[in-house]
Amino acid sequence: MINWIEKQRYIIDFTISSLLRRKVKNFGLLALYTLIVFMLASTMFFTYSIKKEAALILKGAPEIVVQKIVAGQHDLLPVSYIDTIKKIRGVAAVESRLWGYYYDSLVSANYTLLTPFTDDDSTDNTQSSAKKTVVESGSGNQQLDDTSKPLFELGDAVLEPGTLIIGNGIARLRNIGKGDYMPFRAFDGNVMNFNIAGTLSSQSELVSSDLMLITEEGFRKLFGIDKNYVTDVTVAVSNPSEVEMAASKIRKRLSEARPIARDEILRTYDSIFNWRGGMMIVIFSAAVLAFVIFAWDKASGLSAGEKREIGILKAVGWETSDVIQMKFWEGAKVSLTAFFTGVILAYVHVFFTGSIVFEPALKGWSNLYPNFKLTPFVNLEQLTTLFFLTVVPYTVATIIPIWRAATIDPDSAMRFTGE
Amino acid sequence: MIELVKVKKVFNAGNPSEFSALNSVNLFLEENQVTVLKGPSGSGKTTLLSIVGCMSRPTAGRVKLRVLEITSLPERFLTDIRRKTFGFIFQQPNLIKGISVLDNVMLPAYPLGEKRSHLKSKAMKGLAELNIANKAASKVEWLSGGEAQRASIVRALINDPHIIIADEPTAHLDTKLSYRFMEIIEKFKAEGKTVIITSHDPLVYESSMVDKVVNLRDGQIED
Repeated sequence: MINWIEKQRYIIDFTISSLLRRKVKNFGLLALYTLIVFMLASTMFFTYSIKKEAALILKGAPEIVVQKIVAGQHDLLPVSYIDTIKKIRGVAAVESRLWGYYYDSLVSANYTLLTPFTDDDSTDNTQSSAKKTVVESGSGNQQLDDTSKPLFELGDAVLEPGTLIIGNGIARLRNIGKGDYMPFRAFDGNVMNFNIAGTLSSQSELVSSDLMLITEEGFRKLFGIDKNYVTDVTVAVSNPSEVEMAASKIRKRLSEARPIARDEILRTYDSIFNWRGGMMIVIFSAAVLAFVIFAWDKASGLSAGEKREIGILKAVGWETSDVIQMKFWEGAKVSLTAFFTGVILAYVHVFFTGSIVFEPALKGWSNLYPNFKLTPFVNLEQLTTLFFLTVVPYTVATIIPIWRAATIDPDSAMRFTGE
Repeated sequence: MIELVKVKKVFNAGNPSEFSALNSVNLFLEENQVTVLKGPSGSGKTTLLSIVGCMSRPTAGRVKLRVLEITSLPERFLTDIRRKTFGFIFQQPNLIKGISVLDNVMLPAYPLGEKRSHLKSKAMKGLAELNIANKAASKVEWLSGGEAQRASIVRALINDPHIIIADEPTAHLDTKLSYRFMEIIEKFKAEGKTVIITSHDPLVYESSMVDKVVNLRDGQIED
């Protein structure tokens, strides 16, 4: 046993010296290999974490949002619909919402404007704050329920008529903050100036980066919306397992209404980020393919020097298995170093530097990129897949040609190295 | 000690390029003797040496090492015998570039898993005996021809083999170094080792320490 351990030590030492003897070639290979792992792991970490993050944040979204549809398009919803929805058995609360988009041609960005609460008499609640939109009795994933985040947090800012609370993306883009004024062109062409009362918490920046909170009065004035109409309503359901049922009842009572369940929004987010991640992986697959060709070429085309070395080792008494073992360690060292370096770099890149390399492709849209720190979520299954997609093929690709070279007769080795 | 009975070696059998390197060779090599296999290029010297040294198998015939029939042994066992019984000195030093002389010398012992400190002191002793201990840490590409040859001799002896096999050892050495080499061979003989050398260098086969000269021509032993 001691001899066996000592033998492995000798072989590993010799492998390290072998690698160092071909420094340029091996470091080049290692750098390329690490880069491939880094790119794939970054995409994986990013996509997985952003989906988790979005799921956590959206867990605080309303269970059902009801919109009015005219000719297949979203239309303003009459306040009278609220009473109809309230009468449906199982509906716990109904809140009206006012929200819309505003295009800022100055910075070519689209803002989302939202009134965080209404003082509409038709709801049975007293004033409901955005914070209260966190659904306490969620269904399904316990972990998600435990850590669900509010959609946005107002902090100390107080929203008063003529003021706005803005998302961090907007604050950065316009370089404005608390106390500054922001001009808007209203529906009738008049300019309206709003005072910035504060910024939203950066915790939820993934979904609140482009968000602006505005008073109902300000919103109606800006967009010219009559007080008998709202943009949509949110519905809370007493029993979370009856969300589907409540939605179908709403659809039945109000033929023009479109109820959207929270799970549907989650699914949409999921597919958006899956699609983006998938797109990145498709792009990287070309790089992976190039690497496989390079590795195969490197592995199958043993240089004359390497063949000579194998010949000498065989001639001085190394067995075929010793030579293969040595080359296996060589491949394993390169692979594992590249794999772990690539994964660690990807982890730092995604969770500490905010994915600077992939930012434009993977998160946000328009000019407003959310600036948020992802909570590190690492999926072991994905890491294992990445390991088997990179380390195993490389090691196998190097072993087969080595095996062919190592099985040559020591006699041939002697002739090759001798005469 | 080593007995070859009707040994034949055919290369590329069945192909148009089929070539018979050895034809029915019968040979008995005594223990603690220096034997020289002599003959022109292509006479089959190296082929015979490689069969004797368990580096290749004969196409037909039998090879016996002491009482052990080694012709049909699997590669693993053959390698083990080769490693423990034979020490090889090649025509060229065949040292691995980029690593130190000491590492090169210790290479044949790696698969045996000997304790590093013990192996190192053995290697240093061997290098000291051939006056190249001061080069132990040097890379082999910095050695002169003679030093490289001596390093390869120390490497051949690292596993303390009983039989030394040398293939045209003086082919790339000048006269002075060739004499030095023969002195080393004499020392081996004095230590009780068996030495088998292929050579067509008169300095080798006419040396007084040589006990037996085997003439080879066209794959056969000449009387």
